[in-house]
Amino acid sequence: MSRVAEFIFRRRGRSGWHWTDVFTWVWLIGGLFIMFGPAVWLVGSSFKSPAALAEFPPTIMPYVTQKATVEGYDKPLDLYEVTMPDGSKTVLAEVRRIGIVSQMVSPDKPTEIVKVKIAERTPVRTMSFATSNYSEPFTHFDFVRYLWNSVFVTVTATLITLIVNSMAAFALSKYEFRGRTFAMLLILATLMVPLSVIMVPLYSIVSALGLFNNLWGVILPTVATPTGVFILRQYMLTIPDELIDAARMDKASEWQIYWRIILPLTAPALAVLAIFSVVWRWNDFLWPLIVLSRKELYTLQVGLSIYSGELNVQWHFILAMTVVTMIPVVLVFIFLQRFITTGIAGTGLK
Amino acid sequence: MGHIKLTNVTKSFGAVDVLHDINLEIKDGEFVVFVGPSGCGKSTLLRMIAGLEKPTGGELAIDGKVVNDVPAADRGLAMVFQSYALYPHMSVRQNLAFGLENTRMPKAEIAERIGEAARMLEIEAYLERRPGQLSGGQRQRVAIGRAIVRRPVAFLLDEPLSNLDAELRGSTRAELAALHARLSATMIYVTHDQVEAMTLADRIVVLRAGRIEQIGTPLELYNRPANRFVAGFIGSPHMNFLEGTLEAAGAGTAVATLKGGHQLQVPIADGTAAAEGPITLGVRPHHITLDAGENSIPAKIRLVEALGSETVLHADVAGQKILIVAPGQHNLAQGDDVRLSLSAAPIHLFNDRGIRLERAV
Repeated sequence: MSRVAEFIFRRRGRSGWHWTDVFTWVWLIGGLFIMFGPAVWLVGSSFKSPAALAEFPPTIMPYVTQKATVEGYDKPLDLYEVTMPDGSKTVLAEVRRIGIVSQMVSPDKPTEIVKVKIAERTPVRTMSFATSNYSEPFTHFDFVRYLWNSVFVTVTATLITLIVNSMAAFALSKYEFRGRTFAMLLILATLMVPLSVIMVPLYSIVSALGLFNNLWGVILPTVATPTGVFILRQYMLTIPDELIDAARMDKASEWQIYWRIILPLTAPALAVLAIFSVVWRWNDFLWPLIVLSRKELYTLQVGLSIYSGELNVQWHFILAMTVVTMIPVVLVFIFLQRFITTGIAGTGLK
Repeated sequence: MGHIKLTNVTKSFGAVDVLHDINLEIKDGEFVVFVGPSGCGKSTLLRMIAGLEKPTGGELAIDGKVVNDVPAADRGLAMVFQSYALYPHMSVRQNLAFGLENTRMPKAEIAERIGEAARMLEIEAYLERRPGQLSGGQRQRVAIGRAIVRRPVAFLLDEPLSNLDAELRGSTRAELAALHARLSATMIYVTHDQVEAMTLADRIVVLRAGRIEQIGTPLELYNRPANRFVAGFIGSPHMNFLEGTLEAAGAGTAVATLKGGHQLQVPIADGTAAAEGPITLGVRPHHITLDAGENSIPAKIRLVEALGSETVLHADVAGQKILIVAPGQHNLAQGDDVRLSLSAAPIHLFNDRGIRLERAV
């Protein structure tokens, strides 16, 4: 342990603090807050009640003001800690507030009203997790249906993406043909065309193919990605051509060369693309929203939009369900990042 | 079986001609070595025989059948690559089996062939390992094993020893020779190392700039090089070349005058007696003796390399550099004057175009 601590806390200025030490700590801690702050806030807030969400100033953790039922009052009253004029502190329940003065009662003596300035009281709060944010959507929101749709779209689209893009990359990296560079540039050029530009023609095509209100209509337009072809092609260029020559001598067909030699050796790049594809497809909102209009076909992201109505946004449900939708992406990343290591393509050679 | 014939084969990459008019016949069971400096086209020639490159012109036949348009896989050849090109994601066993599985061979026979090759090459102990976990020498054996299990008509080996250290190269060379004797299969071997060529080959094909310079047994090439290039390439250390002029002096003899005025009588065939004029005189370092006798040439020592069993002397003869390999140990130092005798040496004469002049027999 002491060695770990020594490693973490060592400084450039041996005895004192060099300015780079200060800068490093500020930079890293600042980065930590910027990276993790939103995620922590999201998880914390997903357990807040709607009232706690609207509270200002906001808190990270979910707090609720304690309430007490006082004799003679129908509703439970909020409890406050009050500093009395003589300096002692006591807990009182607020009946009503008029301007900067609050009328309060002691839970023990419900008839006797005490007037307190609002600056002299602080709410009594305890941490409380509103787990109903999670449990309720599962019962009255068709979560399992949406989850299944999302999983189907993500898994299918990712598998097709990997196969289609790796085939294109194989041809563009390992076959010599006229117009190879032009084809690659053409594919890369499509990176410059945003979805909003091609949305209408794409919709016409999907509709003409009868894929409107069909999950395949969400999957198929997204599977060929220029980014994927580019990542895989650059990686395949590093696989030595002699391996392919050797496979040809070994009577391997072109398909076998692709399937049994090139694909296994491209695993690190495939893992990267798989992560990208899963994140893209899982978080897709606009395109599924356009293609899917029947509720039972909604993906999670589209389904979540049910909670933001025109007049009322149910943030507590949105936050809770956002946390749930994040979990698979995080799991995929943790699982696949093992494969993002340096390739082994060169290890069979001298 | 493994009879390969090339007729007027040419190859160009775009506008660049890399092989010109190659005519070559390789007999069944022969061990042929392609040798030449880097960039001479020897690897391209091998890849063309393998089917990995297509000839631009000419005809390539294996066992009498023209195979210009037959894909590599169907030519029945196996190749050992310079980089070994083992499949890194497969175990040694899978590497050996891959080519056999592709021919839909029954599993039992695959296992039998792998077992046999593994025994022959002594790689049984690491059949389950991946290439990344093997040493250079072990990978090299696996690469050869992958060729052996195919039972090919001919083996094509592209500088298979160039990635091994000197000691391992020596022993593997001997094993290759033994393997050839045992399999008695045709082997075509590409190297730029003339020692490998001399020790392994039944016949050597010397290539330069896309042309065959000479084809012959190692000793033919050593004793009767067709031209100055072959003479300089074959033999280690390489042959000394001394500039001079030639004058005919009666039937069957001529007088060569070296720069510096020293004269030598050389026997020469009658037909070539007309080759009077500037010539190059070639003599191997081993054939020069340190001898102060009659008609010896004065020389000045520039460098002495004592190897124990022999001494390599770098010397100057009238401004021309000369190398002498003298057996035994000599007490000589830089700057010493010595006298050299060529009287016992077979002398090669090359005309001003580098072509060898035949000597009288």
